[in-house]
Amino acid sequence: MAQAVPVNTKWWSGGKSPFNVEYGKLMMWYFLMSDAFTFGAFLIAYGTVRMSSNGWPDPNEVFQSAPFLGDGLPLVFVSLMTFILIVSSVTMVLAVHEGHLMNRKGVAKWLVWTIVGGIAFLGCQAWEWTHLYHAGAWWGKIPVFEGSHFLNANGSQPTTNFSNFFFTITGFHGFHVFSGVVINIIMLIMTLQGKFDQRGHYLMIEKAGLYWHFVDLVWVFVFLCFYLL
Amino acid sequence: MEHQHFSPEVTFHAHHDTKETVRKIIRTTIVLSVITIIELVLGYVIFFMHKNPDHSTGLVLFIKGVIVILSLLKAFYIVSVFMHLGDEVKNLIMTIVVPLLLFIWFITAFLWDGNSYKDLRNTYDRHHKEQMNEKVTTPAPAGHDAHGGGEKLH
Repeated sequence: MAQAVPVNTKWWSGGKSPFNVEYGKLMMWYFLMSDAFTFGAFLIAYGTVRMSSNGWPDPNEVFQSAPFLGDGLPLVFVSLMTFILIVSSVTMVLAVHEGHLMNRKGVAKWLVWTIVGGIAFLGCQAWEWTHLYHAGAWWGKIPVFEGSHFLNANGSQPTTNFSNFFFTITGFHGFHVFSGVVINIIMLIMTLQGKFDQRGHYLMIEKAGLYWHFVDLVWVFVFLCFYLL
Repeated sequence: MEHQHFSPEVTFHAHHDTKETVRKIIRTTIVLSVITIIELVLGYVIFFMHKNPDHSTGLVLFIKGVIVILSLLKAFYIVSVFMHLGDEVKNLIMTIVVPLLLFIWFITAFLWDGNSYKDLRNTYDRHHKEQMNEKVTTPAPAGHDAHGGGEKLH
């Protein structure tokens, strides 16, 4: 589905956009790029502090609980969250695709599933935060006692850097998921009202889709930095 | 099927072949899932290696390196297929990707600096270095079981 662009197209000679996309979509790309730098700054700060520490909690010890299943299950719950986000990304691509075909019902159907996925992810995150909070971890707090899961991997005293970075970065990501869900709900209402059929295009769905995929993209790196490394 | 009317910024329109697009989406979904599963398997390998007190640090680092590369691969698929950047004209691809290359230097420089700060502190601050070898012996507070509490609420 790549564009058929003539080989000798003079992109910079004026009279046309050298980027060949609608203004709003280009600006969405630039916004996402700046947002990538914000998340990048957070994650690099986390990496720098972790590199400068003699010890760090073991993520497989800290994140080892799942609702209804209990303890001793590292990576189980977070992989569920990861799959929820991947699937909701797929349903969003399908919504964008139906938009290309000007199929209002198809767009609405896949948007609903995307919203469901987003809400499911937020629910998982709420459970995880609550669980960690009750275990004694919060901004500026980390449970320190013999046998605590939050001790450094060698059993020594951890600092609160771990919980501060965890809650700040997953919180910032969760806020993006939340705003993405709100945007998707607005898109769903506009779709059902037939706004995009009147305009003759579903470009707004594409822009909302770009934002939603970006949220998924960031999670790839949050998942990597906090749970896998 | 009716087609969209685009804005004047778009000179060349994309042609959307329904079957081909859906096939590509399904293929990418499978690729992303398989990569995630491999990452999880490697995560468990690290988990079980950590259980052995004299595990090889170099091997753990190598596995972590593989996981990082797999994550970058996932990022490539999401941006290129799901966000359709791979289908845009080269000018747009470059205006997004080239600034992001700054990350290569950011990551190298900051992690290097963090590591250097750690070394400096360990060299000149004895207490900081020794603290690292002191195990926590504070008993668990009342109401906590040895497994970190919390789960009783659920």
